[in-house]
Formats: sequence, C-alpha cells, structure tokens
Amino acid sequence: MGALLGVTDLTVHYPTRFGIFTAIDGINLSLEPGQIHGLVGESGAGKSTIGAAIIGLIPSPGYISRGDIKLLGQSLPGLSQKAYHKLRGAKISMIFQDPQTSLNPLLTIEDQLVETIRQHSDDNYQKARDKAVALLEETGIENAESRMGEYPHQFSGGMRQRVVIALALCTDPDLIIADEPTTALDVAIQAQILDLIRRLAHDRGVGFLLITHDIGVIAEITDSVSVLRGGKLMEEGKTAQVLGHPRHDYTKALMAAVPRLEEKLDRFANILGDEPSLPTPELLWKVDGASDQFATEWLLQGNRHTASEGPVLSVRDLDVTFYTDRQFSLGKGNAVRALQGISLDVHPGQVLGVIGESGSGKSTLAKAIVGLVRPSAGRIEFNGSELPLGRERARTHPSRRKIQMVFQDPYSSLNNRRKIEDIIGEPIRFFDLARDKREQRRIVASVLDLVGMPQRAMLKFPHQFSGGQRQRIAIARALVARPEFLICDEPTSALDVSIQAQILNLLKDLQAQFGLSILFISHNLAVVRQMSDQVVVLKSGRLMESDNSDDFFARPSDAYSRRLLAETPSLDLLLGT
Amino acid sequence: MLTWWRRIRLENELIYLFLRSPVAQVAAAIATLSVLGALFAPLVAPTNPYDLASFDILDSFVPPAWVDQGDPRFLIGTDDQGRDLLSSILYGARLSLLVGLSSVAFAAILGTGLGLAAGYFGGRLDTIVMRIADVQLSLPAILTALLVDGVARGILPREQHDDLLLVVLTVAIGLSLWVNFARTARASTFVERNKEYVQAAEIMGLHPLRIMAVAILPNILGPLMVIGTVDLAVAILLEATLSFLGVGVPPNQPSLGTLIRIGTEYIFSGEWWIVIFPSMTLIVMIVSVNILGDFFRAVLNPRLR
Repeated sequence: MGALLGVTDLTVHYPTRFGIFTAIDGINLSLEPGQIHGLVGESGAGKSTIGAAIIGLIPSPGYISRGDIKLLGQSLPGLSQKAYHKLRGAKISMIFQDPQTSLNPLLTIEDQLVETIRQHSDDNYQKARDKAVALLEETGIENAESRMGEYPHQFSGGMRQRVVIALALCTDPDLIIADEPTTALDVAIQAQILDLIRRLAHDRGVGFLLITHDIGVIAEITDSVSVLRGGKLMEEGKTAQVLGHPRHDYTKALMAAVPRLEEKLDRFANILGDEPSLPTPELLWKVDGASDQFATEWLLQGNRHTASEGPVLSVRDLDVTFYTDRQFSLGKGNAVRALQGISLDVHPGQVLGVIGESGSGKSTLAKAIVGLVRPSAGRIEFNGSELPLGRERARTHPSRRKIQMVFQDPYSSLNNRRKIEDIIGEPIRFFDLARDKREQRRIVASVLDLVGMPQRAMLKFPHQFSGGQRQRIAIARALVARPEFLICDEPTSALDVSIQAQILNLLKDLQAQFGLSILFISHNLAVVRQMSDQVVVLKSGRLMESDNSDDFFARPSDAYSRRLLAETPSLDLLLGT
Repeated sequence: MLTWWRRIRLENELIYLFLRSPVAQVAAAIATLSVLGALFAPLVAPTNPYDLASFDILDSFVPPAWVDQGDPRFLIGTDDQGRDLLSSILYGARLSLLVGLSSVAFAAILGTGLGLAAGYFGGRLDTIVMRIADVQLSLPAILTALLVDGVARGILPREQHDDLLLVVLTVAIGLSLWVNFARTARASTFVERNKEYVQAAEIMGLHPLRIMAVAILPNILGPLMVIGTVDLAVAILLEATLSFLGVGVPPNQPSLGTLIRIGTEYIFSGEWWIVIFPSMTLIVMIVSVNILGDFFRAVLNPRLR
C-alpha cells in the first residue's frame, strides 16, 4: 500500500444491454509521493477507466463493484458527491489528452487560472493572480505576466498543454492523473512536456499516474509501471525491470511489437493474436476455388513492366500552395505554401519513408501524387512519363489503377454502408479486371485470404471489424487494383502496437512478394526505420534531408533530423540497464 | 426465428429503443392506423362522399349518433351537403396523406439532389444553390403555392385545371420544403466528402455521380429520414392550410382542410361536429407523425443521445 495512493482489488462493472461488462478486474496499484507510475496497455485495456475511478468520474452507468481506493489513507469510493467534488481539484487533478478541448476557448488564461485558484482557497484576486503567474513560469511559459490576458487559441499546442498542467497545479494537488498527456503532440514538444512532468514530480513531490499506450513514453519517465490487458493486470514492477526483463508473455509480446530505432528487423516476431479466435464455421466458409495462392497468381498476372530503369516515381520541384477561402468576396484568400521545391525519387521495389511532424506537408505530398491536390508548380513522373497534375488527370488515366493508396484512419477509409465484398469489388469492377461476377467473388475472397482475413468477411459490413482488421481490408482494396505503386499515409498511427506490428509485417510480406514500390509516410521514426530503404525528411513543406535509410538513422546530416532522432523516446535507457 | 428476433432486438439500435419507448409506440400505432384507414378508405368508409348519388341534401346537419336527433347511419354526423362525416374524413385523410407523401418525395428528391451536388462540388455551384435556397426560404409557403397555382392556371387549358390541382399542390408544397433537405444534405455531404473512403473512390477515378449515389448518399440518409418525417407533418398541415384557404384540392374532393373550412362556417350556429372531428383527426395525425420524427432524430443523431 503506497503512502499516497493505494488501490486494492478495484473492479468496475458496466451494465449493458448485452449483459454486465467488466471494464477492470481486480486491479492493485500503489504510489508514493513524487513517484511517476505508468499505466500502459492497448485500447480496451481499461487504463482510462482506472483514472476515472480514482477521480470518481466513471461515466454512467458504470460503477465500482468491488475494491477500495485510498488516497492519503482516506477511502474514496464511499464519499458523497459533495465531498468528492471538494477532493477533486484540492488533492487530485487531471491532465487530458487534447489541450485543444481541455481549456475553455472563450475565457482568457488569467480567468481560468484565477477562478480555479480562488475556488479552492480564500486568496484575494491579486494574490491568486500572482500565484497563477508563478505557476505559468514554473511550467515554462515565457513572459507569463503579459501572456495572462491571452486566449487559449493564441498558444501553440505544446504551450497550451503547459497551461493545462499549470491549471492542474493550481490547487497544489498531491496526485495528478495524466491521461495520454502527450499523444496529441509532436515529438519535440512531447519531450519538453515529459521533462516538465518529471521535474514537477521531483521538485513538488506530486505523484503522477501516467496513462499511455506509448511504451517509449513509459520507458522515458516512469519509475514503475503496470501493464494492463482487457481490464486485468498483467505485470507490474519497476519500469526498467518490467520492460527490460519482462516475465509475463503478454509483456514480452508487447515489447517485441514495439518498433525499434536502432536496427531494422525483417519481421516482428512473437506476435499476439489480436482477436479472440473465430468460431470454426467462420473459417470454413469458402468461395469456390478461392485461396491465397490464387490471389498471388492473379495479382502477379498484372502486366507490370519491370524493364524500365530509373525511378518508378519521380517528383521534381513540386510546389503546392493553398488559398484560404474568403466568404462574400471575389479573388483568392491568403496563400499558404504547403510544399516548396520538393524533389524525390522512388525506385522500383523500394520503400521510400517520408518523415515529418504534423503540418510538414507529408499528406499533401501524397495527395498531390494521386491527383487530389493541384500543385502550383513542378513535375511528377511515373514510369518515365509525366503525370497530368490535379484535375487535369483524366478519370481514365492508366495511373489511376497503378497508383493506390492506404489511408491513416481505418474507421473512415471504408464506407460503412457497403459490404466488404462491394468495397473490395469496386476496383475490380471499375478497372474491368474480372471476366464476370463469379470471378470477382473469387478474387475478393482470395485477396481477403491473402491479407489474413477469413473469406466470410466479405459478407459483413465494416463496423463488424476492429481497427486492425479494417486496415487489412483497406490494404486488400488497394491490392486488387494490381498497383505498381502504393502510397501508405500513416497506415498504422491509429492502431495499437501489437496490431501495428501485424500490419507492418503484412506490408513487408506483400512488398517482398509483389515487388511493390511504396511511399511510406509516417511521423513515427521507428516505424519508418522498420519499413524503408530510403528516407526523406520534411519540415514545414521543405525537404530537409534525403538519404539511404541505414545511413540516415546512423548519421543524420541535417540538424533538424538529428534533433528529431534525439527527441524520439526510445527504449535505450532500459536496454542499457 | 425466435433467436433471430432476440438478436435483432438487442443489436438494432432503432428497434431496441423503439421497444423501450411507449410514446413512440403509440405514435407509430396511430400513424399506421391513419395510413391504413386512408389507404383502405373505399373499403372501410360507410359511403362514398365523392359519389353525388350516395348522399341526400335532406340528411344535412345531422348531429353525431349519440346526440339527440342523431341518426345511427351517420356515426359522427353529416356536413352541410348531407355527406357522412366519417366517410369524408377517411377520404379526406387519404387525400391529405397522398399530397403530403408525394410533396415530401418531390422535395426530398429535388433537395437531396441539389444539396448533394452543392456539397460535393462546392465552389460556384454551392453558392448558387444555397442563394436560391435562401430566396426560397424568404417566401412563405402559401405565397409559393399561390404563385404555382396562378402560373398553372395561366398556362394550362381550363378543363385540365381540376385534374392537375393535385399535381400543382404537390409541386407548390414540395417547392417550399426542399430547402430543408438541401441544407441537411449539403452539410452532411461536406462532412462525408472529406472522409478517406470518398478520397479512395476519387483516386480510382470513379465518376462523380457514382461517388455521390453509391458512396455518399447511403451515409447521409439518417438525418434526411428525420427531415422527411418532420416535413411530412408540415406538408399535411400546409395542404390543410391551402385547402382551407380555397387554393388547394378541388371542392368536390374534400380533404381535411376543406372539411375544416366548411365546418368553420357553421361553428357558431351550433353544428360543432363538422369542424371538430376533422380538426381532431388532423391534430392527432400531425402530433403522432411529429413524435415519430422526434424519436427518429433522437435515435439517429448520436449527439442528442
């Protein structure tokens, strides 16, 4: 039992119309003042529910059915709403994921901080204001005095998260629950915020409960960690020990799935099954003559000419400028230059990784190549011939089939109202790749087999699948067009690590099997490391560096790339110990 | 079969919530009853009010059967022409529903088509369509109806007037309702068009019409269904208003509005049943359809849940 926080045998139930759902099951935790304890797990592990249970805000109709939470020796679950309300803020504070939504956009920073301070103390306005300025300075905001009167939108994402942390500190809490505090931030800012959290824990003796899915973050700053899965505690202990020498199978598998920066692996090993095993009738359902073998043969029939030398895709001096819309007026609005002078080559059968933080223009680059965005200048060549840009590219242009794309968000990239058969069948129908409906069915079933889905999936709708399965379906849709060139725009950033590892394995296999050339876009350096042969780095629409992947990760030449690499949380710390 | 029903009951949001909402059930029952009554009016109604030979002017102003001087032949009395009121209401509701449904269908097709195109293509088309919609909104429905009616009377030969009155009414009401559909369809399309599944279709080079019809339309149907139900009530009411004012259905085919108009002339002379029963029918129909519309909105719009 920790001196600050002790959770024993905590169980939370949610009654649903399908029966009672156990969100977390018999969790034990303990935390000392000044300690940072990590809760790590994939989606559905119940990590946020634990945070909500401690702060007394389990969303209705959930309830604590068993167990106890003790804060500084005081038992929490029995408290009245009123007493709990006093306690929240005074002793426990919370930091949320998205700094955009956790501050009121219509109030100044001063209003929000001073109000919170005065709510919990008898300070007069001036005293509370001085305290607020001091807090802002403590959390690393420069010119705190003069920035007090500003509104949240005038702060950048990282600065805003600092304000949120200052707000959490207003009442001098003993425990701060940070729910994915850096997930919405870029790496560089993430590093600063983690630094701040570590300093606060050390200087003020605040206990932090850090909830995250990111093992890198856990490795960087936590003292101890609990690994959760499906609401159950898998393993707990000192961070270095749990992550460095995992004892539980799940932790081992999880660690194996985390992409490493240090070396490129051929495949991720030791992967967990992501889904509960399907009932056998599901697997036995087959379309006549459909198999992954047939899919392979059929896909290889596509007449790809490998003869041409030189790059498959080559982009020269690409500029993209966006104009903001101006309502009720003629002419163009303000120009934003999303890409400036980008030149790059993708060679046959190779993977080019594009690295960039948010706003670097990496998605715009993908859209310019597929013709969704009209570049203002530059050339794009595909297999040696120039591609018409933007709308000028005819709907029947042959490149429409040869270039396919896999999107970031598997929840919006599949049409929820269509069956999987129709979704995957659409490219076959449109590009006239099958002789008749029967062959089309056979191809759809076979390709599903190829991407590791049961053939019966073709009868279902997208909402019946998990994120990872949807991404497999999206990949199948891109594959059936028999593309020569695949653009993957952050294909795994919406997925859990173990699923990410599976999807990356699938992409690697497909790439090796069909000799695809891939443009692989990601903000995650470790993922790019695992996938690419060549690497380019984008920053604010400019190309910073372009190099062979091994050389890049060993010796980045550009200062920005070096900083990016240094700030990416890595597991080095652990591997050393 | 039973297990199938049990599964559907749990998994289908709409059915699940419907089975737990007595208000929605009552509303649905009444709405279904009015639709059935209207649909089978010729079978259910005691007499045919459109058939001049079937009623007698001597039977006029007979009060409801349970009142003194009531006649058991006429359950809720007769009107000034001696027509059986119950039959008139059944036939009138039939006409009201017919005009209501067809004008909503007209508005839905016109509005959804324009809104979908405006939302999908954006730019100049969007501006033009939406400005037209703004102008349309500033015209009261009755004015639109009078305008369409007047124009139709001007162009068409006299003998076709009565035959085409229903079409004119449908167009007139439809024209004043399409804006709702257009705005909703446009707003939903804006959201959908930026989703990646639409981009995937665009990258392939699918025809815009196919993208709109196959990809986007099924995804925006939810809110449009809500508008459709709510607008059905509005359309029935508009038809009643127009008929009440005398620019609606032909006089020899009384709709609920016509009956109410006739009734108001006699309300102060003691013949209350002529106005009360058609009005009650109208109110009950409108309220039940409105409740159903609200129920759909609550179920289909996750933000209201």
